[in-house]
Amino acid sequence: MRLLRRSRLTLAQKEDLWALFFIAPWLIGFLVFTAGPMLVSFSFSLTRYNIVDAPIFIGLENYVRAFGRDPLFWHSLRVTLYYGALSLPLGLLVGFGLSLLLNQKIPFLSLWRTIYFLPSVIAGVAVAIVWSRIFSPQGGLLNPFLERTFGIKGPGWFTDPNWAIPGLVIMSLWGVGGGVIIYLAGLQGIPTSLYDAARVDGANALQRFRYITLPMMTPVLFYMLVLGLIGAFQYFTEVYVISGGSGGPQRATLFYNLYLYQNAFKFNEMGYASALAWVLFLIVLALTLLVFRSSALWVYYEGEVRKR
Amino acid sequence: MASIEVQRMQPPATVMHNRLQSMRLQSLVGRALATVVIATGALIILIPFLFMLSTSLKSKNQLRAVPPPLIPWEMTMVEVTGKREPLYRVTIDGETREMALVKNQPGGMGVFVDPFHPEQSVTLKIAEQTPVRHVELHPENYVEAMTAVPLPRYLLNTLIVTFVGMTGVLISCTMVAYGFSRFRAPWLSWLFIVLLSTIMLPRQVTLIPVYVLFQRLGWVDTLLPLIVPTFFANAYDVFLIRQFFMTIPLEMDDAAKIDGASPMQTLWHVLVPQATPVIVTVALFHFLYAWNDFYEPLIFLHSQKNWTMAVGLQTFNALYAVNTHLIMAAGVVMVIPPVLLFFLAQRHFIQGVVVSGVKG
Repeated sequence: MRLLRRSRLTLAQKEDLWALFFIAPWLIGFLVFTAGPMLVSFSFSLTRYNIVDAPIFIGLENYVRAFGRDPLFWHSLRVTLYYGALSLPLGLLVGFGLSLLLNQKIPFLSLWRTIYFLPSVIAGVAVAIVWSRIFSPQGGLLNPFLERTFGIKGPGWFTDPNWAIPGLVIMSLWGVGGGVIIYLAGLQGIPTSLYDAARVDGANALQRFRYITLPMMTPVLFYMLVLGLIGAFQYFTEVYVISGGSGGPQRATLFYNLYLYQNAFKFNEMGYASALAWVLFLIVLALTLLVFRSSALWVYYEGEVRKR
Repeated sequence: MASIEVQRMQPPATVMHNRLQSMRLQSLVGRALATVVIATGALIILIPFLFMLSTSLKSKNQLRAVPPPLIPWEMTMVEVTGKREPLYRVTIDGETREMALVKNQPGGMGVFVDPFHPEQSVTLKIAEQTPVRHVELHPENYVEAMTAVPLPRYLLNTLIVTFVGMTGVLISCTMVAYGFSRFRAPWLSWLFIVLLSTIMLPRQVTLIPVYVLFQRLGWVDTLLPLIVPTFFANAYDVFLIRQFFMTIPLEMDDAAKIDGASPMQTLWHVLVPQATPVIVTVALFHFLYAWNDFYEPLIFLHSQKNWTMAVGLQTFNALYAVNTHLIMAAGVVMVIPPVLLFFLAQRHFIQGVVVSGVKG
């Protein structure tokens, strides 16, 4: 009896040990590369630290500096939000619109899908370089095109502080195809029986869109919105390449993440950069929670029991 | 019985027929319009690719054309009394001839001569004549780009980071996903929530301490900071693989267990062979991520011999901005592997995007 119980206990323990063994890579990685660094990062944010000398404790000074005395902090927030406010709704509209068209049983669907997804495969430095040349006011592709077809004299784009962000937004629309694939899959997942039932009831195309397609798609649209918001705060590679890491012209593209990078790795202000990272973290957290909270108002989940 | 009822509710046949026809026409027009819009969009998406490719094949002289043509045209030149002069198609009294422009004159006029009979000359407005041009490609730009900067070295570094990292991700994430899908300890579900919540943690929050850690270890300016963390799994890929494992029936595991297989053997011989679709997807996504990533290589790699393609290309662009053709050649080299891989494994890519996007 005693023997049996002990062997049963060791069996459960053995299972636990195996489980621990399998998740060990993540657990160790979590402690060493995530949890530990998070704590350290927070304590760095309370110091002045240039990586060479030992950190000096200065309390909340870095946060006071960011919110109270650093116009560039506010500027970089504005740049980021301005970009997000333009690129997110536009991207959502264009992406969703294209996916609705692609869902019309048009010919060569898989070809279009391939082409639209292509930009997502090479996102990064090469793309930014190509676009910087396309937008270039000297020998670029876009301005002569605007001049010839619409008679518009194109702006200086990435050399003009007023046009740099709109330029980046246009560039981001080029990569909208990744979202198109996701929307398209969502659209194709809507049961056709719903549309059939609506047709029998005499619903026209607009009504079918308003009362079936849109509500069924809100979870996907919602997911893309959250991702896009977080993405705007992490935006980096394209602006780094286009502005040469400066955030120019005249700091017009000094995105939050770029400003953080400059503080950490150009000015060696590791303490201040850590504070900026924590502010970033809180912003992302707040935005995500906000969108999740508000989602009850406008996101429809199938199988959800509506509370009155 | 149901069919009878449906029939009774339908309008008379002729009305039905007319309505159907107009609906069909409507949807046909709609679909044609949709196709036009989609095709235009596809063209816009392809233009930057064409621009990159064509620029990479142009000579420095061809780069000067404004606006830059998408086809690498070159002016056709002919020899006239020992000098090379541009050839034009000129119209004289309604007759078209090919003549060389030998001299510019004020007021946009030019002296054109017949290349075979240089004594026959005519003065015409240059803007009204069409230059003769031909396609001229300069593939030697690629060789020149390779020697202007150590592209082969960048490629080697990128390949090491990408493939060793891919191995790390596959081994660690498969193991961790197995741990989270096949064991029942209560603390596991808590840890799984912790794992999921790390997906939304911005990497900037941990970056600086991790940088300091790698600096203390003497790993900064080596490839190690880009490779070693991959062996410690990441939340996103663990989640994807675990979701797939959850769909594989437990009976298979039990059968293996009864046959005396250890958990490690069960994972390797029972689950992994069935999970190849998700494993391929994770491998492809990691390839793309590692190949294109700029942020971490920029931070961790300082000396040129350690740069990956992304950092090397950025620096090339910043330092040799005038050599657009060479930069584009290097860009094409960087872009070819992901594009090729995408065409070969499209289905897995799109499936992966869909699974993580819609069901995730």
